[in-house]
Amino acid sequence: MSVELDVFVVNTTIMDEEVYQLWLDGYTVNDAVKVRMEGGVLEGCEASAEVLHSDTMDQYRTFQMCERLLHSPVKLANQLLFQIPPHRQVMLIERYYAFDSVFVREVLGKKLSKGTKKDLDDVSAKTGVTLKSCRRQFDNFKRVFKVVEELKGPLVENIRQHFLLSDKLARDYAAIVFFANNRFETGKKKLHYLTFQDFAFCAGQLISNWTVGALDNMVEDMDVDLEKEFLQDLKELKILITDRDLLDQHKSLVCTALRGKTKAFNEMEANFKNLSRGLVNIAAKLTNTKEVRDFFIDLVEKFIEPCRSDKWTAGDMRLYLTHYTNSAHVLDTFKHQVVWDRYMGVIKSCILKMYHD
Amino acid sequence: MPGKLKAKIVAGRHLPVMDRASDLTDAFVEVKFGNTTFKTDVFPKSLNPQWNSEWFKFEVDDEDLQDEPLQITVLDHDTYSANDAIGKVYIDIDPLLSCEAATVISGWLPIYDTIHGIRGEINVLVKVDLFNDLNRFRQSSCGVKFFCTTSIPRCYRVALVHGFVEELVVNEDPEYQWIDRIRTPRASNEARQRLISLMSGELQRKIGLKVLEMGGNAVVGYLQCFDLEGESGLVVRAIGTACTLDKLSPGTAPNTTTHTNTHTLPNTAPTSNACNSPSKDSKEPVFSEDPPHSLSGPPTPLRTLPSSSPPPFSPSKPCSRQSSSSDTDLSLTPRIERFVSSPGVFLCPSSPTLSFDSPSLPSSGLILCSIGSALRAYTPPPLPSVQSEGSVLRKTVSFSEELMLAASGMGSGGSVGKEAGPLKTLLRQHTQSALEQREFPIFTLTCFPPGFLVHVGGVVSTRSVKLLDRIHNPDEPETRDAWWEEIRQEIKSHAKALGCHAVVGYSESTSICEEVCILSASGTAAMLNPRFMREGCLDTGGSDHRLSRQPHPGMVGSERGEGEVSSTWLGFEDASPPSCGFVHIPYDEFNMPFPAQLTYCYHCRRQKVPDVLFTTIDLPAEAEVTGKGCLIQARLCRTKKKAQGEVNATSISNLLPFMEYELHTQLMNKLKLRSMNALFGLRIQISVGENMLLGLASATGVYLSALPAPGGIQIAGKTPSDLSYDQHISTMQKRIDDTIAKNKELYNIHPPKLFTLDPEAFTGLNTECIEEVVGSPIPDRQRSSRLFRSTSESSDELSELDLSHGKKDAFVLEIDDTDAVEDIQSLLTDAPIPAGFYSCNTEVMPGIHNWTSGLQMFTSVRVYRLSNANLTNQGLNKIFTDLCENLLKSLYFKLRSMIPCCLCHLNFTVAVPEEELIQVAVTAVAMSFDKETQQAADKALTRGSGENEEQLQFSMEMCGESTISNNQPTAKPSGVPESAMVHSSRVSSSERCSPLPEGRSRSLRSTRSLPCGAPVTVVKMTPLSFLPGTRIVKYLGIINMFFIRETTSLREEGGVSGFLHSFIAEVFAMVRAHVAALGGNALVSYSMKECVFMENPNKNQAQCLINVSGDAVIFIRESDQEAIPPLLTSRQTSSTGADGTT
Repeated sequence: MSVELDVFVVNTTIMDEEVYQLWLDGYTVNDAVKVRMEGGVLEGCEASAEVLHSDTMDQYRTFQMCERLLHSPVKLANQLLFQIPPHRQVMLIERYYAFDSVFVREVLGKKLSKGTKKDLDDVSAKTGVTLKSCRRQFDNFKRVFKVVEELKGPLVENIRQHFLLSDKLARDYAAIVFFANNRFETGKKKLHYLTFQDFAFCAGQLISNWTVGALDNMVEDMDVDLEKEFLQDLKELKILITDRDLLDQHKSLVCTALRGKTKAFNEMEANFKNLSRGLVNIAAKLTNTKEVRDFFIDLVEKFIEPCRSDKWTAGDMRLYLTHYTNSAHVLDTFKHQVVWDRYMGVIKSCILKMYHD
Repeated sequence: MPGKLKAKIVAGRHLPVMDRASDLTDAFVEVKFGNTTFKTDVFPKSLNPQWNSEWFKFEVDDEDLQDEPLQITVLDHDTYSANDAIGKVYIDIDPLLSCEAATVISGWLPIYDTIHGIRGEINVLVKVDLFNDLNRFRQSSCGVKFFCTTSIPRCYRVALVHGFVEELVVNEDPEYQWIDRIRTPRASNEARQRLISLMSGELQRKIGLKVLEMGGNAVVGYLQCFDLEGESGLVVRAIGTACTLDKLSPGTAPNTTTHTNTHTLPNTAPTSNACNSPSKDSKEPVFSEDPPHSLSGPPTPLRTLPSSSPPPFSPSKPCSRQSSSSDTDLSLTPRIERFVSSPGVFLCPSSPTLSFDSPSLPSSGLILCSIGSALRAYTPPPLPSVQSEGSVLRKTVSFSEELMLAASGMGSGGSVGKEAGPLKTLLRQHTQSALEQREFPIFTLTCFPPGFLVHVGGVVSTRSVKLLDRIHNPDEPETRDAWWEEIRQEIKSHAKALGCHAVVGYSESTSICEEVCILSASGTAAMLNPRFMREGCLDTGGSDHRLSRQPHPGMVGSERGEGEVSSTWLGFEDASPPSCGFVHIPYDEFNMPFPAQLTYCYHCRRQKVPDVLFTTIDLPAEAEVTGKGCLIQARLCRTKKKAQGEVNATSISNLLPFMEYELHTQLMNKLKLRSMNALFGLRIQISVGENMLLGLASATGVYLSALPAPGGIQIAGKTPSDLSYDQHISTMQKRIDDTIAKNKELYNIHPPKLFTLDPEAFTGLNTECIEEVVGSPIPDRQRSSRLFRSTSESSDELSELDLSHGKKDAFVLEIDDTDAVEDIQSLLTDAPIPAGFYSCNTEVMPGIHNWTSGLQMFTSVRVYRLSNANLTNQGLNKIFTDLCENLLKSLYFKLRSMIPCCLCHLNFTVAVPEEELIQVAVTAVAMSFDKETQQAADKALTRGSGENEEQLQFSMEMCGESTISNNQPTAKPSGVPESAMVHSSRVSSSERCSPLPEGRSRSLRSTRSLPCGAPVTVVKMTPLSFLPGTRIVKYLGIINMFFIRETTSLREEGGVSGFLHSFIAEVFAMVRAHVAALGGNALVSYSMKECVFMENPNKNQAQCLINVSGDAVIFIRESDQEAIPPLLTSRQTSSTGADGTT
């Protein structure tokens, strides 16, 4: 005797959160049954593995049918096929769009293309996230990217409204979209120590300060692309390193302020010119799209690594960057205060976030 | 020309992409009614079109309005090729035709395609302007209300119960027409859907006409079924109970919370008043004043009867053995050419008696007659005798008024039947005649107003095997009509044999396999209170009959003047107090129609009651129950040789009685094992397949306090010589005793010691036993005759017993072969229900009162393939039993989050769709209840049982508790799925007009624009006639939908399970959408009457047909009585408001 057909349909769709997670994680039905058995769902119920299997199958089918709706979460609220209580809908969406940080770290900044999707099996093998789950996460990134790509208005807000995500998750997606759009390099070995959250923070900084939307919040692609004019203006900062007087003046101002306040003063003084050149060169190169991609690697190579080898503490870093930024205002011949602040504000918070082991 | 139908197409959303190139759709809509079609403009390049059409107006006959559905087709415009259909929506106009139901249909309805399923939604507005037609000869019956609910609907009061209505229409099945070979599956499916929709409309109209003719204004317990007879056609048939209902004004609307409280009762209509005042609904003629009507009651003498005659007639002689037996044989006479045979079976309590009809076909006569003679076969009387009997009965109508009064005086003593004089006999005949002058004194109701049911005799059922023949003339479905008529006659005569004049809880069903069809009917023989049949009245609406455990003070007062009636209510002085009256035997003690042990009623000690009672009705509210009930199922599988035509039909009809017998035995054993003594809601289904027959009997077992405590089960060995065998038997006995003890604990069955003698004590001491043979296949005739002899012996024994002392006999299972051993094994292996769960197949579980609002309706379907072709009956039985048990286990597991909860109205349907396939479908509702208050109630119950005073106290306590539980319906922490939705449903109705979330306006491209989103109204669905903790304020009309779904890409849709899963989900969605469009927020009395699944995996194809029905209602929460129900007007603005937004 074999069960040919076995369905269970309810008027108000029941979804077991545990099974949903297993499904999202890409477990097969059999594996999910195993996990559930070990989890002890059957305790207290006089049910067999068969019952569990049937239940898991039912739920998996329901999820599969729901998946189409989850692709445009707004539909989930006014579709008629499944009667799902609102709080459950929220849970379904939030979990569906959740991602593994190990996975996202692998694809962050990569082009969300078919080519990348083909390589997902490598990613899966490397991260231990099942291929199915990798594909779901990748498709989610791509879907969000495609939808918000052409929308006006703030990125985070658009994501939140079109995908009904929580603020936190919407911000993360904004970062992913931003990275994918600008193709920032994040995969180099030197960047491995950085977590997704580090990058997401930096992305947030860049979005709110360097993009078109930072000035005018009703432009298309406002949050996705960096503001061209601003990048042009950044070239003007070069004077800080090309003008010898200015460089010396800047150095002495910073050193005066720092003297006696940190143990790493000597190293700071010795490296000032190098570090300053590094930061200003990064700024000057940003007009070139290719260089934009290397923004993070440059930050690490030109600034973070030298400081780390000199054993600066996080406090040292903060102190240094604060004075480095502020001292520029005192330079009488330096006319680009606004651009400098806009640039250094982001650089400072990014470096502080990225300066860890 | 009395009607104008208006439709407006507002918008569409979520449409599928029809143009691959642009990923868009150029949609337009065709609106068709009858032969008139209108079209909207094409709304180009959008998946969310806004048509905002003008009002399309159809001027049509009301006859057409009733028959035809409004058909809305959404198409994709194509300049160069034919327009592609996206899908259709059929809208049943019927709810708009009754002034008391819905006034507008407005909302988002799923666009359905039989190949692709739901493809987006469409927003429509439909209205009807109806002009009154006073033509006497009209063919329409607009305004007659239909209810699937098998009790008096919650916001109505019944003024009159007119009786049985039935109708049947036949047609050729489009699937089998020649044209089907050349048309697409889609066209064929749509033709079928449309035809069935038309046929059900016509059927409903015809039934409505009959109701109007009888003077009624509503059909309650409307049951419509399809018979897909294949080649020979399509039959749509319906039965129901015609009533005159009065709408209760909102102020006095009854409290519908049921089972929890008895407080709100309308004071407006005391029985006596309502009795004399004609119903307010003046367009309905009063029954007896309708002269042209053939069934009309006799004028004056009977009208006085309601107020003066005692409702409970004590059993007396008139229904003599002779007359009943002659009647029983009515069906013996062959009437139709292809009639094969119809074995009728009484399903009476105690040992079952089989009454065989000798077959009419000479070819099969030999076999059956020999069996028949071994039984107590009746000698077939000539047909005319029936007619003469009819005429005699009709004469009784002319009794004079004086006689009636005298008779009622006599009846007041509450004396036992045999003392009654001839006058009483006459009286009895008289009331009987009131019913019997109708062709069929049959009622589809399962729940009755208090006092309606006087006595219950037992289950009567009939099955008949027919060979299907092509229906030649669809306009004259005489053959099918005659078949059913014959069956109903037989049911009626069975009821008479039980000393009853009516059948309640009646239902009909069929099982078809190729050309063989089993027609089945069953019901409960009962004596009814004649008051309800005429202009008398009952206040059912007022005192919710489920609840009221004690009379409403006002009611008692008003009735006291009438003598008898009031004492009925007060309970003790009268012969038949309400809490036990219905179990008193209606038949003659000394001429019992079947062997049964009688004792004096354990409640009133005045009248005789049987030891066990089987019924098809719901547990009457006034019944006193000890402990809780539970679902009891008997399952049986019998192989049969493949055969054709008459040979096949004969072999099936030969098997049927044995199956009935065995199912009955199983039921009885399981009942005893649970220490219970009555079954309610009994439903026996026998399904026929090519090489097997399946039998499934489901019922809810309870312990009725008025009936004697059931004895234990004793096992007797046939061959006591073997020592190890003895040992085996004694271990078995011990297991059975343990199980009984455990069950008593589980179901909380602790009968009051006052009357009950501990049955345990008797198990060992018994001297006299009723011999029962455990059901086992009957291999040869010798055995079978032995079997039946044993039962008849037992009946002989019976008459010698002294039954007056409530002595209990043990129930003996005799083990004489391995089969029986296995049967006992299977008896014991019924898996126990997990803790926290209860289950029943009736409306509510006896013993559980404090429901929370958490409920979950579900449907589960399973198909099993029997891999081994050469299975024995035993093996098949095991498989079938396991299958049902596993299904139940699965349900318990899935619903574990609702604990403590009860699965109510568990309705199993079995079918044999193909050789070696068994299909089981279950629909039920899981309702959670409050544990803490439950225990308190239990205590109260045990305390209160038996004594009236305490009973009063009990119900008052219940009131208090109910308010507590009602005040915090959502306070339950355990994740009850729907409890949270309750809240949202209220919100959604108030927020319907709310503007779009702001972010939408930002979208750039119009295609990205998101469909406007008024939140979807939450629609609850339940197979019950009520929703706990709520009050139904309006019935919006009947929902009766038929869908076909087909696929040619079965694998891609997730195989058979994926296909059916999405189809059932789609059906639910469409039902909900239609309920919401009518303005409702729930569907009660939901049932899935048909689920026919066919597959062909090799061709990657599958097809499924589903028929669902129910009553769309508006309910409000009990806790906020003042809340305004969703207003229809606001709904309209909301939908138009939604138009402009996208």
